[in-house]
Amino acid sequence: MFLSKRARQFYCRARFLFLSCGALLAGIVDTGCARREPPANVTIINGAEPESLDPAIVTGQPELRIVIGMFEGLIRLDPRTARPVPGLAERWEISPDGLIYTFHLRTNLVWSTGEAITADDVVYSWIRALDPATASDYAGQLFYLKNAEDFNAGKIKDPSLVGVRALDPFTIRAELNHPTAFFLDLCAFPTLYVVPRQTIEKYGDRWLMARPLPSSGPFELAAWRLNDKVRLKKNPRYWDAANTQSEIIDLLPIASPTTSLNLYQSGRADVVWDKTLVPVELLDVLLQRPDFHTFDMLGTYFIRLNVTHKPFDDPRVRRALALAVDKDRIVKKLLKAGEKTASHLVPDGVPDYVAPAGLGFDPEQAKKLLAEAGYPGGKGFPRFDYVFDSAAGGAAAIHENIGVELQQMWHDTLGIDMQLRQMEWKVYLSAQNRLDYDLSRSSWIGDYNDPQTFLGMFTSDDGNNRTGWKNKSYDALIQAAGREPDRQKRAHYFQQAETLLVRDEVPIIPLYFYVGVNFFDPKRIEGIDQNILDNHPLNCIKKVQPPK
Amino acid sequence: MYFLKRLLFAVPLLVVISALAFALVHLAPGGPFDRERTPASPEIERNLKAKYHLDEPVWKQYFRYLGDLAHGDFGVSLKYRNHSVNDIIAQGLPVSMLLGGLAFCLATAIGLPAGFITAARRGRWEDYAGSLLALLAVCVPSFVIAPVLILIFAIKSNLLPVALWGSPWHMILPPVALGLYFAGKISRILREGMLQAAQSEFVTAARAKGLGENALLLRHAFRIALLPVVSYSGPMLADLLTGSFIVENIFQIPGIGVFLVNSVTNRDYTMLLGLSLLYAVLLIGLNLLVDLAYTWLDPRVKYE
Repeated sequence: MFLSKRARQFYCRARFLFLSCGALLAGIVDTGCARREPPANVTIINGAEPESLDPAIVTGQPELRIVIGMFEGLIRLDPRTARPVPGLAERWEISPDGLIYTFHLRTNLVWSTGEAITADDVVYSWIRALDPATASDYAGQLFYLKNAEDFNAGKIKDPSLVGVRALDPFTIRAELNHPTAFFLDLCAFPTLYVVPRQTIEKYGDRWLMARPLPSSGPFELAAWRLNDKVRLKKNPRYWDAANTQSEIIDLLPIASPTTSLNLYQSGRADVVWDKTLVPVELLDVLLQRPDFHTFDMLGTYFIRLNVTHKPFDDPRVRRALALAVDKDRIVKKLLKAGEKTASHLVPDGVPDYVAPAGLGFDPEQAKKLLAEAGYPGGKGFPRFDYVFDSAAGGAAAIHENIGVELQQMWHDTLGIDMQLRQMEWKVYLSAQNRLDYDLSRSSWIGDYNDPQTFLGMFTSDDGNNRTGWKNKSYDALIQAAGREPDRQKRAHYFQQAETLLVRDEVPIIPLYFYVGVNFFDPKRIEGIDQNILDNHPLNCIKKVQPPK
Repeated sequence: MYFLKRLLFAVPLLVVISALAFALVHLAPGGPFDRERTPASPEIERNLKAKYHLDEPVWKQYFRYLGDLAHGDFGVSLKYRNHSVNDIIAQGLPVSMLLGGLAFCLATAIGLPAGFITAARRGRWEDYAGSLLALLAVCVPSFVIAPVLILIFAIKSNLLPVALWGSPWHMILPPVALGLYFAGKISRILREGMLQAAQSEFVTAARAKGLGENALLLRHAFRIALLPVVSYSGPMLADLLTGSFIVENIFQIPGIGVFLVNSVTNRDYTMLLGLSLLYAVLLIGLNLLVDLAYTWLDPRVKYE
């Protein structure tokens, strides 16, 4: 075929364009992906990309699960029971009034870079978490220390006034405002972990990018590539390094349940341990498998009622709504993973505490209460909204299904009409905070194993209350419990408060307690125990070859 | 001269874009630090806002942002607080560009011949088959194509990895899932253009001179029909290079597409602004390149 001169010139130029694009691409391929890394011993699918790996800043489960591998506090949690056991501190004494804790550090503690870990490092780390300049979300975990809240608020400038100091290189003295039954649990929480002062002072907010990064825990951070992986490698200088079971652990941030299941099924990942990563549609099938482990968790799914909106200002109406919910049906029909129905807020399994039974399913009583409140058969009851969020993973479908079920139940039993409103996450949070809703789906996962983490939030001034419900006797009971050193008396105060919350006043309707989900083949992976906090120390986990 | 002017004009355009994006994202309800858990005291929230200057009036925040931007600093991500937006772009953009670039090559490598053949064999079975496939590629979204590809090539036949990024084997399915739509689109645009060109006067004249049908299409119709494809390529390439939320999400590819979309839900102001501006710069730059390519490919086009 013959081409004119101009056409030839045209094709020549087009080819040049195409080839230069190709060369550019080849360049990017070269820089973008050519990585050679040894394979990890264990690969874990960990949920969303960690927002941070700074112990003072992290708040979410995916972050906490990584951070417990990199840093450690005075206390750590037993992998089986999630109860406090010695960490960097080998022993401690508590004064009889429960106000002074004296911790004794192990004498063989060093950072992964070789320098000694001393009591000053502990004091620095706690003060840093409280420092307004650090802007830690969870600074509140330290407010039990004397003057800590004022220091965080900027009312006190001198950190030496805060109730923590080093008595000598191996001894730390912590002074509390009130006896705090769960203070040891808090010492095992990342906000109170020990972090490297020199590195932080040198690199500021970007200190986690420093290499080598001194670590106080069983692993060092070998790589952190966004939306790709976090790679941890064994810290040989960790005090308990002899019991660290794996050399290299990869934690993959994956947001899609399907992708995570595909990777697990094809053998590219050994463990999936985030509840949001289970495809809800496949639950029936997955539950039958030996590598699918479910367990009770310290979390409750409940409904908030806005008591500042009529007619929900009437406790009879709130109780009527609660009594008309067949929770058993929700659990069996919609959830299926073995969730237990909840009539109270604090989940079972919290030490030294038995929650009082709340309201059960009683349609007749519900109708009666609604009639007493002036709405016989639902007549004259205004139409109201139920708001829920469009969550990631399979959770949004669950929220919606529960909403539909509630709509049906309340319509059938009480003759009242509810409208469902799905909202984007931040819009939903802001609606809750501004009390701009009637009913709202809610949930709470406990930070530590104590009733306080659940019941504390419904005191009048707590930012997490978000129901508009204020009750003086409730506040007084929670305050009394907070100051009571005797565990039994303390539990009694909490029980009285919880009775007010779930039986008499009912600003919330608990629906069910969460179950956690771990995916792994017990013949190939050892060292993952299921506990109520869904806490799995990375140093215990190892891969074993299945017997042939 | 014309292009210099266009380049200069791009600067105020970017300022306007940044102002609009800044205003919109601040108007949306909720903020970056709203969580399910309200902090233990209002002061904690105050500390957070003070640290990232969110306690200042919005206009002041905007000018602070512009000032940092002038130094090439996109600021710290408000969601991923250990990373600057510059870091995130530096890590994610090469990956997204690679994925997008491969998808672009695939789209042109399939789309151009397909468009040419369907136009050249108009009304015959090749045309019907090709047009049907192109229509399918345009209509079936990538979140359907990707799982089907994974099912066939990764799960059933175990030929390719199900997800992740790293080796050349990982770079086959995602560009296909991403590029097929554009291949279909290019093929349809080219076919349309060629059929139109085939009816124009200069082609009729060439035919009257006795030129064979194939040479006619290749020499005359194809060149004219390529121009709309080139002008479509600019925005398409900007789209592809800044990553795809869906494909990156399904294959777990560490690009910036996922960050761009999630920054909206996270109210991650700095990240959203940084990535929007990046997208705008790419779009403006590539459109300029398209216009340059025009003058180069078609001598009749002149800009004053």
